[in-house]
Amino acid sequence: MIPPAFEYARPASVDEAVRTLAEAGEEAKVLAGGQSLLPLLRLRLAFPELVVDVGRVPELRGVREDGDTLVIGAMTTHHDVVTDPLVRRHAGLLAAATATVADPAVRHRGTLGGSLAHADPAGDLPAVILALGGELVAQGPRGRRTIAADDFFVDYLQSALEPDELLVEVRLPKADGWGFHYEKFHPVAQSWATVGVAALVRRDDGHIAEARIGLTNMGATPLRATAAEAALTGAGDTGSVTRAVESAAEGTRPAQDTAASPEYREHLARVLTRRAVLAAAGMG
Amino acid sequence: MTDQAVASEVGRARPRKEDARLITGQTNWTDNISVNGMLHLAILRSPMAHARIERVDVSPALERPGVVAAFSGRDLDGLGSLPCAWPVTEDIVLPDHPPIALDEVRHAGDPVAVVVARDRYAAADALEAIEVDYEPLPPVLDLEAALAEGSPLVHSDKGTNRSYVWPLKTGEDFDSVRRRAEVTVKRRYVHQRLIPNAMEPRAVVVTPLAASGEYTLYSSTQIPHILRIMMAVVTGIPEHKLRVIAPDVGGGFGSKLQVYGEEAIALAVARRVGRPVKWTESRSEGYLATHHGRGMIQDVEIAAMRDGRLLGLKVDLLTDMGAYLMLVTPGIPILGAFMYPAIYKMDSYDFTCTGVFTTRTPTDAYRGAGRPEATYAIERIMDELAAEVDLDPVELRRRNWIRHEEFPYTTIAGLTYDSGNYEAATGKAIALFEYDKLRAEQADRNARGDTVRLGIGVSTYTEMCGLAPSRVLGDLRYAAGGWEAATIRMLPTGKVEVVTGTSPHGQGHVTSWSQIAADVLGVPFEDVEVVHGDTKAAPQGMDTYGSRSLVVGGAAVHHAAQKVVAKARKIAAHLLEASEQDLDFADGVFSVKGSPEARKTIQEVAFETFTSHDLPDGMEPTINAEHLVDPDNFSYPHGTHLCAVEVDTETGRTKIRSYVCVDDVGRVVNPMIVEGQVHGGLAQGIAQALFEEAVYDEEGNLVTGTMADYLVPSAADLPEFVTERTETPATSNPLGVKGVGEAGTIASTPAVVNAIVDALRPLGVHDVRMPCTPERVWRAVREARS
Repeated sequence: MIPPAFEYARPASVDEAVRTLAEAGEEAKVLAGGQSLLPLLRLRLAFPELVVDVGRVPELRGVREDGDTLVIGAMTTHHDVVTDPLVRRHAGLLAAATATVADPAVRHRGTLGGSLAHADPAGDLPAVILALGGELVAQGPRGRRTIAADDFFVDYLQSALEPDELLVEVRLPKADGWGFHYEKFHPVAQSWATVGVAALVRRDDGHIAEARIGLTNMGATPLRATAAEAALTGAGDTGSVTRAVESAAEGTRPAQDTAASPEYREHLARVLTRRAVLAAAGMG
Repeated sequence: MTDQAVASEVGRARPRKEDARLITGQTNWTDNISVNGMLHLAILRSPMAHARIERVDVSPALERPGVVAAFSGRDLDGLGSLPCAWPVTEDIVLPDHPPIALDEVRHAGDPVAVVVARDRYAAADALEAIEVDYEPLPPVLDLEAALAEGSPLVHSDKGTNRSYVWPLKTGEDFDSVRRRAEVTVKRRYVHQRLIPNAMEPRAVVVTPLAASGEYTLYSSTQIPHILRIMMAVVTGIPEHKLRVIAPDVGGGFGSKLQVYGEEAIALAVARRVGRPVKWTESRSEGYLATHHGRGMIQDVEIAAMRDGRLLGLKVDLLTDMGAYLMLVTPGIPILGAFMYPAIYKMDSYDFTCTGVFTTRTPTDAYRGAGRPEATYAIERIMDELAAEVDLDPVELRRRNWIRHEEFPYTTIAGLTYDSGNYEAATGKAIALFEYDKLRAEQADRNARGDTVRLGIGVSTYTEMCGLAPSRVLGDLRYAAGGWEAATIRMLPTGKVEVVTGTSPHGQGHVTSWSQIAADVLGVPFEDVEVVHGDTKAAPQGMDTYGSRSLVVGGAAVHHAAQKVVAKARKIAAHLLEASEQDLDFADGVFSVKGSPEARKTIQEVAFETFTSHDLPDGMEPTINAEHLVDPDNFSYPHGTHLCAVEVDTETGRTKIRSYVCVDDVGRVVNPMIVEGQVHGGLAQGIAQALFEEAVYDEEGNLVTGTMADYLVPSAADLPEFVTERTETPATSNPLGVKGVGEAGTIASTPAVVNAIVDALRPLGVHDVRMPCTPERVWRAVREARS
């Protein structure tokens, strides 16, 4: 567990960070909370020439409102997300899912932006941001651009960020009035989700008017269960929800690993989606 | 000594003296040791399970910054084979085990070359420069296929992958009881490989004194005394020139009951470069290089009458030795051989164990060592038999166990259990567990067809602890004895040093030994210090493993302290001008019967002994005393564990709803330490049932190579434990103690799996392979339904 040698930079501002990244080219890695990068370094699975530590950039931290949008700085820690009153009020799904991330030590170090930029489909938060319809704001030498969550997760551990871009904030439409639930299935408390389901449900007159479902660890990227979302529209009881979620694993391509087979993950996706939707809709 | 004095410390829940420094880390962990001029050692390990080494070139590593030297196996010739101290049969196949591979690597992680450099980073970086050409050889992974004709061989010069066959047949012939049995049940159980995961990784520091040829070896080991002897043999450093120190050691679970290649390599390299060296393993390196546990296929058959009365048991084992036989590798299943009949009476026992080589990390002792395997097999198949004869599993056990009035009882396996009360422990456990209420809830859920089923698992275990009577070890072809040593040093100021040959690595010996000595000597608990783990300071000992330390080493402390009192009595009598018979001794004070004002404290006697101005004629000027204990018998802790699980049949998830254990570990020296041992043991046993498995792919690579994949549970994954005790004192030692280090691990695994199978039996499930992961449970339910 001895990392290879690397250069280290600790910029004080976003501008300085972006400049440092641009100068380093493809051989730089951004260090946020370090919960993914440090293990990769110590296992000698990553060999960056330069590590750019953005841990001392104050403008990257904190939560604020911008009209109907909630804006969360990329370096806001999981712990701060879980305990933030604005997040709890307007994006309860994110607070609930973040509370299930690993353990308290990790939640005090790890950050929302770091978790998203790492683009691990087994991470809890990518699927949540998908379900919430979030946007991710990146800053690079060519200025700022906004990337929809649907376009952000490109492949396994690969985001739409360019090597010289820094994820600076996450923008979430306020989900006031939506029911939510994150159903995480993991073998032990500190492990990644075998499968996770992030459900957002808007109810109208006792029926589901709209459902948004993000799936954790059901493919190379976080996914939306679009077929189940469509089928759930109009569902008004446990039976109709159960039928609708039969399509929850459609279009997924889950991995085979020590935790589970693809077949079992597909089965779990259906069971957990039912449970998550029933809980989110208050029908459980 | 008086009984009144005994009651004052033994039995008290003293917080552990050693915890402040252990928990804060403000102490002497091996990796904390830093010596002037110290170099850092890093080891290049085989990335393949099995290959011929065509070429090793370490010279490019020498070009790297900070590198002082680099060696291949050939460069360090002169090192002997790593020892196996337990060749269980006369014709055992015992291959050479070079500390660094010479011609062939036989498991992923086998050492190939080493680098020493000025810091850890330089050493780790330089490993990448070493060039090795491997010619791949086929891996050997499946235990049954390994024994088939034409299988690739782990050690081609041996002509077989079979290391040994060890039989034990007692009582009536099994075929004969099978013929008269009304019921037989046959099952195959599989113990997955487990990785011990001590909290502190292994570490070694060697400091050489070139001028005198003396070496000090610091190692995170459970066995400094055994290690010293073995290292003298392996390295050729004369025993009297080698000092071994086990500084504070952060856990072992058997994984540091070993003589490791890295210890020999560090000595050899320090001798070669003439400078101190340090090696500390990383966690993932340890997963490959520190021995594993379990790894066994059990074919078990039980014969009984319809009323549940047992007739006999047949056990056939295939056990995974891994690539080499390490210190006690072949003996581990043999430690279990005597425990399969457990607490039950029967007429026939037929046991065979076959040791098999594979191209995986060697196996050896892991918490329980052979006894968890035995307990699992018998307790699982007792539940299957209960289902077969339609009896409640507790009732089936009751019909067969040794009744408390039958002790001492010689079992079919030939052990004589000195004491026990299975009725009492079981009765208490049933009451705490609310057994009948849970059975009613279970019936209700089954009737409703609930997707979440309730299951109840029982395990009425016993174990053999207090290793061990030396004569028995000799009969079993073990190379050493099982005695233990203690010395009491009475210091001039009245303080006390207890020198023990046991080597604590988390068990709290400093506290418990202080309690034992304080009681016998009548001195304050705080005035006792315990010296251990250094072959210069505590020169005699057999170290710590197999729940032996209190039973053998604690008894030695007790006896040595009694000798001190006997010597002190002579001096006190002389000083008080009374006869020895006229002296009372209580709470550390000698007083003359009938005139209590004439008194001397044991501390005063210690000082008078130091000055020696006025000792009895001819008396040696010391009241210090030494005592060695060689036990007459093993000790036999026992207990009843009950586990209730809820199994979600939709997802396969098992949730432990309640867990009750009533253990009988004999007399208790420190209830808090006992409770801690039980909690940790339960966690580890439950981990085997539900979570942990060392998984290899078909090439022989360890897939679960980090803690992200090898699932060690945390408190969040475990239930609240209800731990209670009964106290039936052992008759084989003066303290009445039995040992508690392994009880929880031995008992809990079958209790949990029995509960899962009990939950699913109405659905047609008869077994789930460990670890009972959600997917395995889900598949078992699905297959049973289809």
